Amino acid sequence: MSIQQINVALIGNPNTGKTSVFNHLTGLNQQVGNYPGITVDKKLGFCKLPNNIKANILDLPGTYSLNASSMDENVVIELLLNKNDKLYPDVAVVVTDVENLKRNLLLFTQIKDLEIPTILVINMSDRMKIKGISLDIAHLEEQLKTKIVLVSARKNIGIDVLKETISNYKNISSEPCLNASSIDVEYFNKLRNTFPNQLLYKLWLVITQDVNFANLDRNEIRNAYTKTQAELKKLQQKETIKRYQFINETLKIGLKIDTEKATDIRAKLDKVLTHKIYGYLIFFGILFLIFQSIFDWSSIPMDFIDSTFANFASYTKEQLPAGIFTDLIAEGIIPGIGGVVIFIPQIAILFLFISILEESGYMSRVVFLMDKIMRKFGLSGKSVVPLISGTACSIPAIMSARNIENWKERLITILVTPFITCSARLPVYAILIALIIPEKRLFGIFSLQGATLMILYLLGFGMAIFSAFVLNKTLKISTKSYFVVEMPSYKIPLFKNIVINVIEKTKSFVFGAGKIILALSVILWFLASHGPNDKFKNAEKIIEKELYSSTNNINPTLISDRVAEYKLEHSYIGYAGKFIEPTIQPLGYDWKIGIAVVTSFAAREVFVGTLATIYSVGSQSEEEATIKNRMNAEVRADGTKIFNFATGVSLLLFYAFAMQCISTLAIVKKETNSWKWPIFQLIFMSGFAYFTAFVAYQLLK
Amino acid sequence: MTTIDLLKIGQKATIINLDVEKIPLKLLEMGCLPGNEVEVLQIAPLGDPIYLNINNGSHLAIRIETAREIEVEI
Repeated sequence: MSIQQINVALIGNPNTGKTSVFNHLTGLNQQVGNYPGITVDKKLGFCKLPNNIKANILDLPGTYSLNASSMDENVVIELLLNKNDKLYPDVAVVVTDVENLKRNLLLFTQIKDLEIPTILVINMSDRMKIKGISLDIAHLEEQLKTKIVLVSARKNIGIDVLKETISNYKNISSEPCLNASSIDVEYFNKLRNTFPNQLLYKLWLVITQDVNFANLDRNEIRNAYTKTQAELKKLQQKETIKRYQFINETLKIGLKIDTEKATDIRAKLDKVLTHKIYGYLIFFGILFLIFQSIFDWSSIPMDFIDSTFANFASYTKEQLPAGIFTDLIAEGIIPGIGGVVIFIPQIAILFLFISILEESGYMSRVVFLMDKIMRKFGLSGKSVVPLISGTACSIPAIMSARNIENWKERLITILVTPFITCSARLPVYAILIALIIPEKRLFGIFSLQGATLMILYLLGFGMAIFSAFVLNKTLKISTKSYFVVEMPSYKIPLFKNIVINVIEKTKSFVFGAGKIILALSVILWFLASHGPNDKFKNAEKIIEKELYSSTNNINPTLISDRVAEYKLEHSYIGYAGKFIEPTIQPLGYDWKIGIAVVTSFAAREVFVGTLATIYSVGSQSEEEATIKNRMNAEVRADGTKIFNFATGVSLLLFYAFAMQCISTLAIVKKETNSWKWPIFQLIFMSGFAYFTAFVAYQLLK
Repeated sequence: MTTIDLLKIGQKATIINLDVEKIPLKLLEMGCLPGNEVEVLQIAPLGDPIYLNINNGSHLAIRIETAREIEVEI
């Protein structure tokens, strides 16, 4: 028997455990891509079924119905209506939650109207007992015209039966289970007669939705028999009522709930977790715990990554023959990759916590608690997740704003998230704080340096909130606002889902930011290792001559350090630093800091590496103490220290506010689908940074 | 006749009427339809949003501005 290839679409409401079922069917044998032109993740997995069948399993975005209200939901309809799509399903699997069967079946009846063979998976069946639920499967199968599979993704029950059922997809009915067109017989008859070759429900979806369908002209259909928007909405309401009537009738016999047996942990937990005092205390307690762990747990792997890449770079340099190609690898590519990898521990740990909070159902309670407060600043309760995620990296944070329905609230969230102190700012803060803040303790307990870092965090958060407030007042966008948050029942998170989610989020950082950081570090390496004139080429000779004429005490390290410094000064990037010097002088920076500001536009942490090169400590190490000593010794022409308190504060403020991250701009462009917003963000943030740094320096100097 | 935003915590009522123009379809699809029962489970500390159990199974939170558009009978 030959191998047969089929397409399976997994469809279901959010929070039904659809993704758990997907993970069980496919294991790690899955890939995440993008639907062309939009930012919805396309999750495709592969699975071997009985009877020599191989299945492509497509995990469609969670949706409550086929009436699309978001990009995610459009994807579902567009696939299900396009028979020519190469992933058009041979069989649809609708995943439902046994506790929410009534509501979940609405989508099921709509899918059935598309006349695709459909299997009904009733998930979380292990909870039936404690919830006092019993099902009459035979009755349900008959009424719903389907095959039902009871599954518990949590306990790994029923997956094999599901595979078996999918492989027998040819025996599954593709008949609708109710006649929805009876809501307006005359209208639908006319429609049917005008387009005899089209599926009636498909026509109806085309009329009511704002989606693209291949080879179906919306206007032609709409003109055939017009109704006003209001009439259509009324009809959609009637349709929904009709479907619920059918579902209620079916479940009257098919589903029994013994309320005596049902123990409800939800009500008890909700009482505490959404309490007006304890609710907030618990939330801030959890936040504190998360940040504590990020710093505690990530330092060891970060040090390890740092030293590994440094060793690898010098090893490469020793092993490969000297030359430009070796330099490119050892000084451009390897440190570039290292600069990306170093942030993985912090990002992974943060998303580990966020996934646990989301999977357990707690995050919805936070949204509920915070919505009113956030709305005062033009944000939504749903902005909490992006703002917390922003402490790791803005890229996954901005992507997580997708589930905010209101466009204005979503846009403001996207625009202010980069103010939050991300992990790339920490190395910059660390060195500047060590330089200008004495290592003292306040009242014998609080470290003064630690307190400064804390203030910088608060400053970033405060600025995010403040600018949200300003944007809310000034942006003239009127969108129909609505806000519906499902409050799922509490669950113990599934390990497998968490791991997969953390991997996905980390990947979005590595491939989103990584590519750009890597490309830019190669470009910057080139600009720093080449110069426009002979001074760069003849650096060795010039320095040697200079040194021999002034002193006899010469050691090779001193020469190579001085040469590196001289080369940098006369490289392209060195000239760029000098070129911008007049504009940054009022902030207290010289051309050397200017270079670091320019290079760190790729990513903030590059600032530290660049300073190390500029101050000729490159040959020794990037040890903080060494750079610190060199920076401390740096003086202006008049003999005053460059890195004094005023310059330090000015730099700290500049890095707190400036949009020094190309990857973030790229992701904002993608998410807002226009260059307008990233450019606005760049001007707004960096302009503000320049202004505050200027004021701080002028007041403190 | 009253509207959902005026109910107290723990109070149950039956949905009578709602303005389709002002209510997102998504809410209707989650069971917020005339004839169905609604119970207020919790009101957020600042009085908004409110946490409902609609049609005996749909647990969701909506803002007061939406709740105001849904007429109910206790």
